[in-house]
Amino acid sequence: MSEGKVEYATDYKPLHDGSLKLARGHRIQFEQVQGCDVLLYPEGVVQLSESAAMILKQVDGQRTVIDIAAELNRMFPEDGDLTADVRGFLEVAHARGWIA
Amino acid sequence: MHEGGLPSSTSAIPLIKPPLWLLAELTYACPLQCAYCSNPVDYAGHGKTMDTETWLRVLRDARQMGALQLGLSGGEPLVRQDLEVLVTEATKLGYYSNLITSGIGMDAARARSLKAAGLDHIQVSFQSSEANQNDEIAGMRAYAHKVDMARAVKAAGFPMVLCFVLHRDNLHRLREMLDLAIELEADYVELATTQYYGWALLNRDRLLPTLEQVREAEIVANEYQARLKGKMDIYFVVPDYYEKRPKPCMNGWGSVFLLVTPDGTALPCHAARQLPGFEFPNVQASSIKDIWQTSDAFNRFRGNAWMKEPCASCPEKEKDFGGCRCQAFQFTGDAAATDPVCDKSPLRHLVDAAISSARITTIEKPIIFRNPKNSDRHTIKLAELTR
Repeated sequence: MSEGKVEYATDYKPLHDGSLKLARGHRIQFEQVQGCDVLLYPEGVVQLSESAAMILKQVDGQRTVIDIAAELNRMFPEDGDLTADVRGFLEVAHARGWIA
Repeated sequence: MHEGGLPSSTSAIPLIKPPLWLLAELTYACPLQCAYCSNPVDYAGHGKTMDTETWLRVLRDARQMGALQLGLSGGEPLVRQDLEVLVTEATKLGYYSNLITSGIGMDAARARSLKAAGLDHIQVSFQSSEANQNDEIAGMRAYAHKVDMARAVKAAGFPMVLCFVLHRDNLHRLREMLDLAIELEADYVELATTQYYGWALLNRDRLLPTLEQVREAEIVANEYQARLKGKMDIYFVVPDYYEKRPKPCMNGWGSVFLLVTPDGTALPCHAARQLPGFEFPNVQASSIKDIWQTSDAFNRFRGNAWMKEPCASCPEKEKDFGGCRCQAFQFTGDAAATDPVCDKSPLRHLVDAAISSARITTIEKPIIFRNPKNSDRHTIKLAELTR
């Protein structure tokens, strides 16, 4: 794993408008010791910020980007329109292969 | 493994962060004889392999400490008949479990029973994309079975990593290997250039590719990466001898990685057991918590107070942690020295000499296969290679 230099393909891919799901072999769980949610996948782990975890947990194989943004806007009405932020994060998550 | 992937992610940083990775080397037994095996050369003389109960306790204790990723490795972990028991417990504990296997000892039924036990992912290693070469390097007829098992792994519903270990004799087949990975529907491909420790160090003159070979391979890897973006992730590990800066080995000593050997020895990396002046703790005598937090062995190279020049005053010391302690020892005899891969090291010429030595070594030089007989025979030779 961390021996040698590892090169990742990190270019962004366009995010589709259909239902989103976590990529195969990926899952989210809360970690007591780290005090945060983590995203787990083959031989890897990413510690998630609160907002990242909040968005990723809405990815359920049914909802689309628009549905998820609407849900976040419902959850945090005092934060203004979050649609652009949610889309931006999901684009990054998609480009990194976390969601499909 | 990368941490804190998001710019906004914040987490309290305790003095000693918990281990994130537990690599359980369940056995040194392996039907293969790969000449670059990361197991120590003197493995045959090590202590007794731990039983099921002890491993279950190790899994529980490490999980309690925060370990998240579990590697089930070896030797060949499928040799263990209690593998399903260990996987079942790992699932219950909330690990992300990775089986790292040659595929030998697998059949479609076992792949399904491991899936039922909750195993998350399987990494299958290949020695080559060409049957004869694969079997020559493995020291046994294995290729056809590996291909079948890769298919069985996918059929059982696992995400699959294919790992090709690359060296001088097979690097020219990179294109074929990537085509094989596409055919077998791998989710990830690790193109792991041999790292020179243990058996690979013993065989370095025969395994180290030339710079030209590496550059050519990089072009191929980049081409496939671009082509398969979004379908198959390809990680290419460049041999560090050709780098100007050392690798951030294990992401820092005692930082995220905890390895437990078949006899219960706890190590910060695969190769550390060779380092003199260490008493590596054993999980049968100490708790994982004590081992991780208070043992001298795990604290020795934490932070940067141990560093010497040129590392001590280097602005990049937080980035690469001075490189690899084992490599520093192997080249210089001093585990606290700068990894001589770094071109700031006054001893970089030792790495260049190793490259030159490999360049003039012909294929007539015999490869030393990893097996118990050679383990006994070459233990002393390796000590001589390391000064």
